[in-house]
Amino acid sequence: MTVTVGVVVFPGTNCEADALEAVTSLGAQGRLLWHGESDLGDVDAVIVPGGFAHGDYLRPGAIARFSPVMEGVAKFAAKGGPVVGICNGFQVLTEAGLLPGALQKNKGLKFLCQPSVLRVESANSVLTSQAKVGDELSIPINHFEGNYTCSEETLKQLQDEDRIVLTYVDNPNGSLGNIAGVCNETRNVVGLMPHPERACHELLGSMDGAVLLRSLLAS
Amino acid sequence: MNEPLHRALGLTDDEAVNIDEILDRPANPLELAMYSVMWSEHCSYKSSRIHLKRLPTEAPWVLVGPGENAGVVDVGDGIAAAIRIESHNHPSAIEPYQGAATGAGGILRDIFTMGARPIALMDPLRFGPLDDPRSRWIAEGVVAGISGYGNAVGVPTVGGETVFDATYKGNPLVNVLCLGLLPTDRLVLGQASGVGNLAVLLGNATGRDGIGGVSVLASAGFSEEDDGDKRPSVQVGDPYEEKRLIEACLALLDEKLVVGIQDLGGAGLACATSETASRGGVGMDVDVTAIPRREPGMEPHEVMTSESQERMLAIVEPEVLARVLEICARWEVQATVIGRVTDGGALRILEGFEGPVLADIPASSLHDLAPLYERPLKAPEEPLGPSADQLAAPVDPGAELMDLLQDLSWVYSQYDHQLFLNTVVGPGDDATVLRLKHPTTGEDTGRGLALTTDGNHRWCAVDPRAGTALVVAESVLNLACVGGRPLAVVNCLNFGNPEHPEVMWQLSEAIDGMSEACLAFDVPVVGGNVSLYNESAGNDIAPTPVIGLLGLVDELSHRPPGAVLKEGHRLVLLGPEAEGLGGSLWGATHDAPGGDLPALDYEMHRRVAALVRQLVADQMLGGVHDLSSGGLGVALAEMAARSGVGVSLARTPDHRALFNEGPSRVVLVVDPERLTEVLAACDEAEVPTARIGLATGQRFVVKDLLDLSLEELTAAFKSPLPEALGAGTTNR
Repeated sequence: MTVTVGVVVFPGTNCEADALEAVTSLGAQGRLLWHGESDLGDVDAVIVPGGFAHGDYLRPGAIARFSPVMEGVAKFAAKGGPVVGICNGFQVLTEAGLLPGALQKNKGLKFLCQPSVLRVESANSVLTSQAKVGDELSIPINHFEGNYTCSEETLKQLQDEDRIVLTYVDNPNGSLGNIAGVCNETRNVVGLMPHPERACHELLGSMDGAVLLRSLLAS
Repeated sequence: MNEPLHRALGLTDDEAVNIDEILDRPANPLELAMYSVMWSEHCSYKSSRIHLKRLPTEAPWVLVGPGENAGVVDVGDGIAAAIRIESHNHPSAIEPYQGAATGAGGILRDIFTMGARPIALMDPLRFGPLDDPRSRWIAEGVVAGISGYGNAVGVPTVGGETVFDATYKGNPLVNVLCLGLLPTDRLVLGQASGVGNLAVLLGNATGRDGIGGVSVLASAGFSEEDDGDKRPSVQVGDPYEEKRLIEACLALLDEKLVVGIQDLGGAGLACATSETASRGGVGMDVDVTAIPRREPGMEPHEVMTSESQERMLAIVEPEVLARVLEICARWEVQATVIGRVTDGGALRILEGFEGPVLADIPASSLHDLAPLYERPLKAPEEPLGPSADQLAAPVDPGAELMDLLQDLSWVYSQYDHQLFLNTVVGPGDDATVLRLKHPTTGEDTGRGLALTTDGNHRWCAVDPRAGTALVVAESVLNLACVGGRPLAVVNCLNFGNPEHPEVMWQLSEAIDGMSEACLAFDVPVVGGNVSLYNESAGNDIAPTPVIGLLGLVDELSHRPPGAVLKEGHRLVLLGPEAEGLGGSLWGATHDAPGGDLPALDYEMHRRVAALVRQLVADQMLGGVHDLSSGGLGVALAEMAARSGVGVSLARTPDHRALFNEGPSRVVLVVDPERLTEVLAACDEAEVPTARIGLATGQRFVVKDLLDLSLEELTAAFKSPLPEALGAGTTNR
């Protein structure tokens, strides 16, 4: 049966077509979820894609968390539905309280669009179930606010509970503990700053994002 | 005594008389303000139009040539590409972040005005030297502005150039190119028609920003102390507003709800209302009180000439207005009926549709009757300076080579260059390659678009005609290196003060050089922009025509090899021998900018380009890079520093072999097992080859001339920009 992925669109989101293209190329079908509607309809997984939801006004994700669609996403997640936030989507999920921590400005105070190498730290999440711990994946980053931070207690909890899913091999943005992606307690909500949808086509230089999105489709 | 109003608005006395004759009465202040912006150099091209006519503009694949909001070419499979290039030089000199940001915003609107979804931006940038603090401030601000606006508006910046040179101190060049795609059958033109149709203003409220931007800023040079006063003429951009405006407008076009659509750029509403009316051969009544304003107390002339950003004017039939407003509301875009299409050809500005008439002018007179100047031309008498051919050989050629290196990734890593999943080759290579997908269905054609921007002020200063032809030739070769064949040229002509006869001569010569080269390569010019008055403290910039070249990759089945070396591969230099150092980068760094430019043999150049394109398509190469600024030495050093593989080069006669910039030359990196086959292909193509050495090890060696460690070479390549510009904050 074909998996249906809902891709959330806020005004200012710009990676929705890319997310659709990537999951479609992996055999799923995609559907856009408009931010003003709280009913997600019949979807098997949700992606909150990259971009600048509501212009990143105030700070990334600060306004998006109030969009009606986020009620639907929270309900879907509470029932165990798989949810992945990519880049701005990760920022939205932390603002919405679905993931711990926050994303602050890169340590160099510059926007960074460049290749990055990620290490899989846990294969126990909806985004990494088909990867192996220790796998190195070449997946690009594209953000100004990607510097992950959280309290010491939260960090310890994330470490103890194996919830740090992906780390940077060469930390480009100053993230605490080299963290590139984390999951929630029930491991069905994952946020990451790098863009797996940008690494799913041989012409784009890397296919390493496919293993992550395949995991999502299989969950 | 007070200065007459028309002069304060930038109109000459003759132009003011001319306006009164057109109206058959004295123009009122509002009318004068509208003429002043529309007849400005920036909007009317009054100094350059007479010369631009000489450019070749036709080809069977050209759907829209120069004169519209963008050029449009047919790229097959029911897809058309819209392309345009613009300058935002003067705003960026004064307020770098907003100047560059609004430059990007403006050109995006030009593209989606044609019905196209913008898919890529390119930014050819030129700044003063890195050791000048103000130039560093400008460079940092401009790059941050492009990054801040382009990334947030959701259009990738996939390439461009960044050049630092003393000629741009005080007057940077911030050019921007935009490419969009549309289904061929959806082509829209910016015209009004149908008496009784409504003019709906979409987007931002109108404020006092950017009033007189085109006349005060873009059509005059800078003196020593006036830039602070001109700052209010710079507009302020909001990428989030623009993003929603793009989506709303494309949704309106998808549902075929608009008769015509026009962006508001230079000269604001005065331009958009008169242009749509005169193109459609109709008139328009505009209710100035209906226009949403950002602040109270604005005068009608401020409302009509404001350059507030993120606004569009759509012409719609009354029956579909409700649906138009509904779509705009979904995207949170303000939409207001501000005008009505009328017959008779008059543009009337009214206070309320039934209220008093504030201005009444023939719409077409703002365009068609704009002044046309044939300004005097004169070749400069002063020689440019000594030729590098007269210089002694360098004592330490290795150190001099390293001085010429500059890695630009500090600039482009701040740009999202991957959005839309098209970017097969991004910034930093000879040319950009994008996958060509259908703009509405997303279907992959299996083909690619290739795109490059090129300029060389050193060549054009020596000889603007031959220099411009060499720039076009370089663009063609850049495309060939990624497997692309040329389709269409756009150009941004950045020159000094047109009231200087030497500048007009440079402009005229450059246009002739471009014409000659475009004809030789069978590529039409589909659009362009002229930026004059690029001067500061009385000094004109070196002539800087920038070429944007769009091409096609007929079969995009693999990634082109790129400008890289591979251990153990052989190095083959293609193309004619060259020696002279006239106009070279190496000469310029030794205060020897003059001399003679190398000759361009069109026949040879076409053969080299065709050969390289074929070798790339056949996957015969491990790497490939054309020679340009800095010659063979810089080309190989860039490849070595990027790939972490050294070079061992056979003996060369002297430094000239490293630094000369003779055209039609390409370095091939060839697997030894493929060498015989590649050389045979070159012979068959009648292209001269020289086997010059080997890619290997961790040293960069030219026998008997220089011997550098790859480590020091790489540091010399990577460090200049981060060291000068830092990783610190910008002015935002």
